[in-house]
Amino acid sequence: MIVRISGEDQYRLADDDAARLNELENAVVAIVEGGREDGFSETFGELLDYVREHGTAVGDDEIETSDVILPPSDVSFAEAGREFTGEGLIPD
Amino acid sequence: MAGLTGRMSTVVKAKVSKLLDRAEDPAETLDYSYQKQVEQLQNVKKGIADVVTAKKRLQMQESSLQQSVVKLDTQARQALAAGNEDLARTALERKNVAQTELQSLDTQVNELEEQQQKLTDSEQKLRAKIEAFRTKKEVIKAQYSAAEAQVRISEAATGVGEQMADVGLAMQRAVDKTENMKARADAVSELEAAGTFEDLTQLGTGEDDIDRQLKQLSSQPAVDDDLAKMKSELAQGGGTAAQIPAGAADGSDGQTGDAAAGAAQPGESSQS
Repeated sequence: MIVRISGEDQYRLADDDAARLNELENAVVAIVEGGREDGFSETFGELLDYVREHGTAVGDDEIETSDVILPPSDVSFAEAGREFTGEGLIPD
Repeated sequence: MAGLTGRMSTVVKAKVSKLLDRAEDPAETLDYSYQKQVEQLQNVKKGIADVVTAKKRLQMQESSLQQSVVKLDTQARQALAAGNEDLARTALERKNVAQTELQSLDTQVNELEEQQQKLTDSEQKLRAKIEAFRTKKEVIKAQYSAAEAQVRISEAATGVGEQMADVGLAMQRAVDKTENMKARADAVSELEAAGTFEDLTQLGTGEDDIDRQLKQLSSQPAVDDDLAKMKSELAQGGGTAAQIPAGAADGSDGQTGDAAAGAAQPGESSQS
């Protein structure tokens, strides 16, 4: 499974890692939907760190399409919120 | 798709795919597709140049503010040496405003520096991917039938396209940030043009908005601290700004102006 962290790199992860990634991502989404910023950057950081630590960076000379794309590490809580209401990082 | 079903990554991915769909059919023709990629790389370079320009502008703003700080500090010392504490306080208040702006500019310059570094890194990655595409394209052309080659190149082009879209996204974010910073720098320019940091000899015109703001600031301990420090430096006979009255005293003519005499004669200042 290829995961891209937007603005950074693509990482190759074992399919076994998907469950944990899902868990972490759901936690982030829950915070965003809860509308309270507490813990957002920590949880989102944890998600990205998991990808960086468990994945191997895809080489610059390899061309792969990502299965998953995560928002950039400096995404703000407000931006993440807009991501789900249409006006996201990439406008609809 | 193996793996995540999470909403965040799904939404982002869907949007990137959408962005790619808007681009020309990647498989259109092999060489044309490569040509397109190289062209887009040029746009990325231009974007980086914009960020660099914005950074330089902020740096110029910074050095001009730096000069204002030095000037206001000198003026405060001169005013204090001449016994005009109110004027000294005003100068220090303005120095304080300038210093606060300076700190904020410094943060912004560092942020732009970071953006520039990130963009340069992603530009290099993109360049490598495009180069890889070029090589792959030649191999595929030589080894596969036209139909197969079309499919494989299309896959590779999508991969490069995703990278390109991602770099484009990073660029957009950087440019947005740059715009905000430019607006802030412009505000500082306006303050300067409005005379906030100008020569204090031009003081005396009516009270404006800035004056009122400055008065609010006057309670700031920083200004009081500065003033106290300057006073004690003056009392010790230190301080470069005491040059004007000291120069007047050097003229050995004791009658050169009250203020100068008061500040410069050691006997008197030890009494006060």
